[in-house]
Amino acid sequence: MDFAIQTIISALSFGSFYALGALGIGLLFSVLRLINFAHGDFITLGGYALIVPSSAVVAAALIGGFHPVLVIVIIVAFVVILALLTYFLIFQYVQNSSPATMMIVSFALGYTLQNIVVMIYGGRPKAVNLFPELTGQVQLSDGVGVQILQLVIIAVTWILLIALVLFFRRTRAGVQMRAAAEDFRMARMLGVRGKRLIALAFILSGALAGIMSLLFVTQKGVLTFEMGVPIMLFFFIATVIGGMGSLVGAVVGGYAVGIASVVLSAVLPEDIRPFRDACVFLIVIIVLLWRPQGLVLKKASQERV
Amino acid sequence: MIEANTPLLRLLRTYWPLVMLSLGLLIIVAIVDSSGDVILAQTLIEGLVRIVIVAALYLFIGNSGIISFGHIGFVMIGAYATAWQTCCPYTREMFMPGLPVYLLNNSHHFVLAIFLGGLLAAVVALISGYAIMRLSGIAASIGTFALMMVFYSIYLRWSTWTSGASSVIGLPTTTTPWVGYAYAVVAIVGAFLYSRSKWGLALRSSRDDEVAAKAAGVNVFGQRLLAFVVSAFFCGMAGGLFGHFLGMLTVDSFGLGMTFITLSMLVLGGMQSLTGAVVGVVVLSFLIDILRRLENGMVSGLNLPTSSAEVFVGIVIILILMFRQSGITGNQEVYWPFKGDVSASSAMKRQS
Repeated sequence: MDFAIQTIISALSFGSFYALGALGIGLLFSVLRLINFAHGDFITLGGYALIVPSSAVVAAALIGGFHPVLVIVIIVAFVVILALLTYFLIFQYVQNSSPATMMIVSFALGYTLQNIVVMIYGGRPKAVNLFPELTGQVQLSDGVGVQILQLVIIAVTWILLIALVLFFRRTRAGVQMRAAAEDFRMARMLGVRGKRLIALAFILSGALAGIMSLLFVTQKGVLTFEMGVPIMLFFFIATVIGGMGSLVGAVVGGYAVGIASVVLSAVLPEDIRPFRDACVFLIVIIVLLWRPQGLVLKKASQERV
Repeated sequence: MIEANTPLLRLLRTYWPLVMLSLGLLIIVAIVDSSGDVILAQTLIEGLVRIVIVAALYLFIGNSGIISFGHIGFVMIGAYATAWQTCCPYTREMFMPGLPVYLLNNSHHFVLAIFLGGLLAAVVALISGYAIMRLSGIAASIGTFALMMVFYSIYLRWSTWTSGASSVIGLPTTTTPWVGYAYAVVAIVGAFLYSRSKWGLALRSSRDDEVAAKAAGVNVFGQRLLAFVVSAFFCGMAGGLFGHFLGMLTVDSFGLGMTFITLSMLVLGGMQSLTGAVVGVVVLSFLIDILRRLENGMVSGLNLPTSSAEVFVGIVIILILMFRQSGITGNQEVYWPFKGDVSASSAMKRQS
């Protein structure tokens, strides 16, 4: 029973983290048909912004040493500006290309960002101690200990999700964004300002990435220039499974992947467990073949001739 | 200049891109080989192996219009399959104890081993492509990406056959510049002949308009599968060459990095032309070589920080895709430089 509770909380916190990431990718895909492979590297850069730029082995905290509120504000603002810059400098010039071309562009962007990090900070991992009070354990009842951070991740995710739902339901921009996600051209014809809307999507996506970089760095305690890649792959899987361009789908997909990977490592027989990642990617292919539009269908999801 | 319209000339004109590409490479190989620069020779061999990969990528991506992120998986399959047959006869059991008895005790000749490696990659492509080639557009690209990750994570964990996360060391380094050149020419010829064949034409029609191609009776799934299998075959051979160039194999080297570099080369040269594939490899390899030298401080007075080459490649690819999506060659093949029969040249244009 104790083991079950711990597994459930761990699955929920993984799922929440993946859901946030998938949402960041889904936001851009829904308005721009862009699968942003650089999303993971936005998270990496948010983490590196915490420390003094140098290639020294020991990382000295710069922004990371400020008051917590200030840390959150500065890092989120930093990643938002980074995301906006990539839109105005790069993505707006390729937004009429095929999705696969945009995918290569974002690939190239991620590769460039990673190597810029290596250029400035060097390639070695750096230890960072952010919000150390969150990494402790809390006793829920006798013998059931959970990391505080896992609970924080779940709480932060739900606060953000509720905020996003309110934004999409209650505000003008939110409604316009949902309209654009259903049919971007039609929305533009009805007077939605495309460019402004896409910029807003980049801002939201960047803000999510900024918050995630804080959560991720707190959890890992170490910075590497490639740390965005593996998590990005899981966000990407979550987006595909949930249905590209569907925001509800992204959240569902994120939880599905998080829960599946925790459950699979707990349940799979010993011989197959090393092949867990292969199984997850195989599931992606099966989902693509079985329901190319993902598990959660949008209204206008058929590709038209 | 040349007015006569003899059959021989017509033949030369038909295969003109092929002649020019192999001659151009021949000159490069001859110059580098005689210069005696060791580092340049390494760059050259790596470049020739990459030409095999990128020509195979062109064969599939250029003709089908589907951007594949999965072909490096086939390179990896070919590389390990070759290593099973040629690597280190005395220590093979130590690196790969799970191999069947026949492979543990027998070694094949390099050429046969590479051919069988390509064949295994082709068979895997046939099986996986049978599912994935049903998808179109972005879903197909995602499918190939997921496929690559499946191969990658299986090989990373399948340590009794692949040594897993550590490396297999001691492959004979038989890939010399001239061996590399021979295989590069074979791959270029294969890709060229395929593109000119009726299958290549049918596949290109589906690239330009899938619905119209289907209406005209093209079996789009079948044509895509054929191209996928043929290009996987060349990728598998390239993998074998790569292993015998480095003398060692790690699963890690067949990941997103190699996928990105080879795709960049194709994009840089021009995705829809074979000339573009070759030019992209040559230009990018050359630039990376220069930047590496600058990074290592081999030119006095200039010392670039580490990973300048990578940053440069990334920025170049972004700029190319922003401002010139048809690449350096503008998606054209090498053109026939002489005045001649107009009808023949316009027929050529219609073909490509």
